Amino acid sequence: MTYTTYMTDKIGPLPFCPGCGHTILVKALDQALVMLQFDPKKIVIVTDIGCIGLSDRYFTPHGFHGLHGRSITYACGLKLARPELTVITLMGDGATGIGGTHFLNVARRNIGITLLVGNNFNYGMTGGQHSVTTPTDGITSTTPWGNPEGPMDLCGTSVAAGAAWVYRATMFDKDLPEVIAEAIRQPGFAFVDVWEMCTAYYAPLNKLKKQEIFDLLSGYGFTIGLQVDKPRPEYSVKYRQAYEAGKGVLKSKPPIEPKFGNSVQKQTGIIIAGSAGQKIKSAATLFAEGSIFAGLKATQKDDYPITVQTGHSVAEIIVSPNRIDYTGIDNPDYFILISEDGLARMRQTIVKLPETCVLYASEEIELPETKAQVRRLPFRELEKKVGKLSLSTASLAAMLKDSGMFPVEAFKEAILSFQSEKIADINIKAIEAGAELTSKSSSAG
Amino acid sequence: MGYEFIEGNEAIARGAMRAGCDFFASYPITPASSILHYMNDFVPEAGGLVIQAEDEIASLGFCIAAAMAGRKVLTSTSGPGMSLYSENIGLAIMGETPLVIVNIQRQGPATGSATKGAEGDIQFTRWVTSGGLPIIALSPATVEEAYELTFIAFNFAEKYRTPLFLLTSKDLGVTKDSANLDLVKLPPRFDRKKLPPGQKEYLPHYFEKPEDVPLISDFGGDYIARYTTSMHDKAGYLTANPAVIQEMIDHLTAKIESAIDDITLVKEDFQEGADTLVVSYGVISRSAAVAIEEARAKGRKISSLVLQTLWPVPEKAIRDAMKGIKKVVVPEMNMGQYLIEIEKLAPPDAKVIGVCKMNTTLVTPGEIIEKGGLL
Ligand SMILES: Cc1ncc(C[n+]2csc(CCOP(=O)(O)OP(=O)(O)O)c2C)c(N)n1
Ligand code: SF4
Ligand SMILES: [Mg+2]
Repeated sequence: MTYTTYMTDKIGPLPFCPGCGHTILVKALDQALVMLQFDPKKIVIVTDIGCIGLSDRYFTPHGFHGLHGRSITYACGLKLARPELTVITLMGDGATGIGGTHFLNVARRNIGITLLVGNNFNYGMTGGQHSVTTPTDGITSTTPWGNPEGPMDLCGTSVAAGAAWVYRATMFDKDLPEVIAEAIRQPGFAFVDVWEMCTAYYAPLNKLKKQEIFDLLSGYGFTIGLQVDKPRPEYSVKYRQAYEAGKGVLKSKPPIEPKFGNSVQKQTGIIIAGSAGQKIKSAATLFAEGSIFAGLKATQKDDYPITVQTGHSVAEIIVSPNRIDYTGIDNPDYFILISEDGLARMRQTIVKLPETCVLYASEEIELPETKAQVRRLPFRELEKKVGKLSLSTASLAAMLKDSGMFPVEAFKEAILSFQSEKIADINIKAIEAGAELTSKSSSAG
Repeated sequence: MGYEFIEGNEAIARGAMRAGCDFFASYPITPASSILHYMNDFVPEAGGLVIQAEDEIASLGFCIAAAMAGRKVLTSTSGPGMSLYSENIGLAIMGETPLVIVNIQRQGPATGSATKGAEGDIQFTRWVTSGGLPIIALSPATVEEAYELTFIAFNFAEKYRTPLFLLTSKDLGVTKDSANLDLVKLPPRFDRKKLPPGQKEYLPHYFEKPEDVPLISDFGGDYIARYTTSMHDKAGYLTANPAVIQEMIDHLTAKIESAIDDITLVKEDFQEGADTLVVSYGVISRSAAVAIEEARAKGRKISSLVLQTLWPVPEKAIRDAMKGIKKVVVPEMNMGQYLIEIEKLAPPDAKVIGVCKMNTTLVTPGEIIEKGGLL
């Protein structure tokens, strides 16, 4: 079947004012579609708000009419979801302004939609206010003394943002349908900036006719025609290529089958505080996973500055024989302090620790007054032995051995299960060194 | 299968995958960002697509269009991003778009305490966009529920052709917990009902009774589809006819409100002879559980109602729970946002006490016992 038009008069004639450029643009799009002869079920006309946004419903293909300035996002969503569709967006210069970030990003991403901007230098629909393309000194309802702002070069902006195909046209161009068809044929992003007359507002207020539009163009030093034609792979194609080339880098974690015993009778809160770069967060996770290997339930929360490589790092771990409802630790049972940064962050907590809490603190740290049972441990020496990145693991092992909550073997099991062989090797040694510290000094075992 | 040590955000991502999610767009924001990371791990492998948008407006714009092109769609954000979602949420309601929006709440307003929790967006979710039409919001309390309710949120979104909100906070999203997702019982998966082939045309908003959910046909599918942000008739054409407009508003309202029994998810733990009831939701329901257990251990009779459905308000369940109750305690990580809903429904002789704070820390069991007078 041959399509002679992609428009319908089912809901009446086009609604635009006499002489409005939008009528010419919309009809040029229809002629372009007739040249291309695509199945209307494989075409979507996307619009947003503004006079130009009234146009989708006059077309026979799918029509998507969205929020002011956001039509590029809907067009992209449709194209990403169904790359086989031909997605054409019609929007105004006003929409291009409010949706400026989408206008930049679609060019950069090269999502294969076609963008047609009906650029009439003002907001037609809302009463002729100035837009991002209103010429300097242009008269509009909001610039009655002349526009003090400078206009944005839409083509230049799109080219600078990385558009693959950009064309500047006017409503007077006889080849507008061919130009639009060529834009639609582009596999990547294609943009046509169509300079138009709003015969209700901007054109009469500024005595803008055909010649004046060409004068405006030459005044800016702008040309009609192709501004850039640099094809590159369309986004969805590139996305799949990148995924296929990089896939397999992710490994999923096997589940944990409890296989050790434990002696934990009640919900037990453990805090470890130190510095960024001490791997506190991951050591705490492995410790908690170790407790799950020992048949316990566990939770973990982390606290660290947004700038992750500086300052403190604190992890709160709860282990419990039963399901953990309240995940806060109001009264810690064990507190491990391995650096000054940790003290700086947790000073108030340390001051308030109850006498039931055992505080394992590095020997050189000057502690504030606390009711906790303080165990001084040679963490600096331990660090020399196990390495900076493993002190957190080693100190957790020291606490574990001392407390006897569950076997050190369970902690080792987590490390062997979830860490690469090389790192596991280092951390197993760290666990042994840490456990040795307290197995001598304590009878808890 | 055994246990895993995972955070709520991972459970949400896994629940979405289990529901068949194959499109995800989002803009990074603490404490929701890790959902973007997990989905990036899961979705492309399943053949779908994940895109980090230029902002939350684009993120939800991509999602709405992808959903209307047949994808099962998730997006995630936190308070500041919810603010930017607002207008597009209205569009999704207007266009009857099935998708799931996750809000991992953080303390606000504005940037608030960016890395800290609170649940200050409860009423904001209800009134998130202009027009004031009803929405559906679910709130999980545990990692397992995060998985379960995300799956159910997809079911409801598909069944009622509407954006579904999953509301939780930093305290569930990024707290790791020992969980066994294989033990979570899920209902059967529900996918949107499509217009069967062979019809004359597709009326995107066709209903006979106001509460009917219109059959859907995808953009790019067998029928020409129309979607519009404007007030429309059943065919999706703009209309200015007040009668047609009211009919559409009634439909969008009735569709959600008549579903209340189906979408009411609550956990009841009533005690014979109790005159005190604790109504809670989300992660604070776990503090409440500890407080109630402690009070019961000391001989107090206390009933508990935990809401998983926050919007529409499960009025019947709340009224039933309040029968014979003299005191209702409502702990929240905000300044009393659900409290006002409970106050509306409480018997005139019942005292309603809010245990409210929004200082980034969890409401503790001790605070609930003390301020709620549970002992
Ligand atoms: C968020 C939002 N802000 C403002 C408006 C009001 N509005 C409707 S159309 C429009 C300007 C349209 O101008 P343009 O895109 O150039 O289209 P034209 O009418 O000139 O074709 C504005 C500001 C709106 N609909 N939505
Ligand atoms: S107001 Fe301007 S843009 Fe709108 S239809 Fe009339 S002439 Fe065209
Ligand atoms: Mg305009």
